[in-house]
Amino acid sequence: MEAFDYIEMKIPAKPEFVGVIRLTLSGIASRMGFTYDAIEDLKIATSEAITNAVQHAYNGDEEGEVVVGFALYEKHLEVMVSDNGKSFNFRETKKALGPYKENSVEFLREGGLGLFLIETLMDEVKVHQKEGVTLFMTKYLEGEQVERDAETIST
Amino acid sequence: MNITIDVKETELQTKVRIAGEIDAYTAPKLRETVFPYTERETSNIVVDLSEVSYMDSTGLGVFVGLFKSLNANGGTLQLIGLSERLRRLFDITGLADIMNINSEVEGGV
Repeated sequence: MEAFDYIEMKIPAKPEFVGVIRLTLSGIASRMGFTYDAIEDLKIATSEAITNAVQHAYNGDEEGEVVVGFALYEKHLEVMVSDNGKSFNFRETKKALGPYKENSVEFLREGGLGLFLIETLMDEVKVHQKEGVTLFMTKYLEGEQVERDAETIST
Repeated sequence: MNITIDVKETELQTKVRIAGEIDAYTAPKLRETVFPYTERETSNIVVDLSEVSYMDSTGLGVFVGLFKSLNANGGTLQLIGLSERLRRLFDITGLADIMNINSEVEGGV
C-alpha cells in the first residue's frame, strides 16, 4: 500500500465541534497543495459527513463521539468520518471496504442534500456499515484524477 | 466559527445581514431569528450573504424553510451578495433555479 501520513481526531457528537474539524482540515489540505476551491469542497463534504454523524447517529440526546481520520497521500487526501465513537485501524477497515454498491447509494440518498453534496464535491465516496457508519471520501490534487484513471486502464 | 445576524425592518422590506459561518451549529440560530419574519403577511425579506465565509446544506435547509414559509404567506425572499462559492452551492443543488438569487449586492436603489 502507498505510504501515507495519518491524522485522527475524536470529537464529542455535538454540532459546535464541526467547525473545529474544518479548521484542521483547512490546514491539512493547504499544506498538501490543494487549491482554494478544492479546500472549500473538502470543508463542505467533511462537515456534511460529521453533521450527519452528529444528527443521525445520536439523535441529539445520547452522548457519543465522532472519529475523523485524514490519510495524506502524495496525490490525494482521504477523509474518514465514523460515528461508532471508536478509533479504528485504518488499514484493516479499508481492506474490508467493498465497491460503491447499490444499497450504499440508497443509504446516501436518505441523507438528502448533505450526502448529495458529499457525492458531488468529492472524487470518490464509500460507505462502510458495521458497528456504526463510516464514510470514506477521497479528493485528488488537481489534475491527478485523469492520471490515476489512465493508470487503471493500463493495468 | 460563529455567526452574526442583523435584522433591519423598513416599510418595504426586512433586510437580514449575515456574517460568519452557517453550519450545523449556527443554522438553528439563523432559523430562529429570521423565521418569525416570514410568518407575517406579504413580508419581503432580503438576505445579504456577502459576509458569509462558509455555508453547507444546513444553511441551504434554512433558506429553503424560509422560502417555503414566505411563499405560503404571500411574501418574497431575495438572497443577495453571494460569493462565487455560495453561488455554486445553490447552482449544484438546483436551488438557484427556484429561488431569487443575486450575486451582486444591491446597488443604486
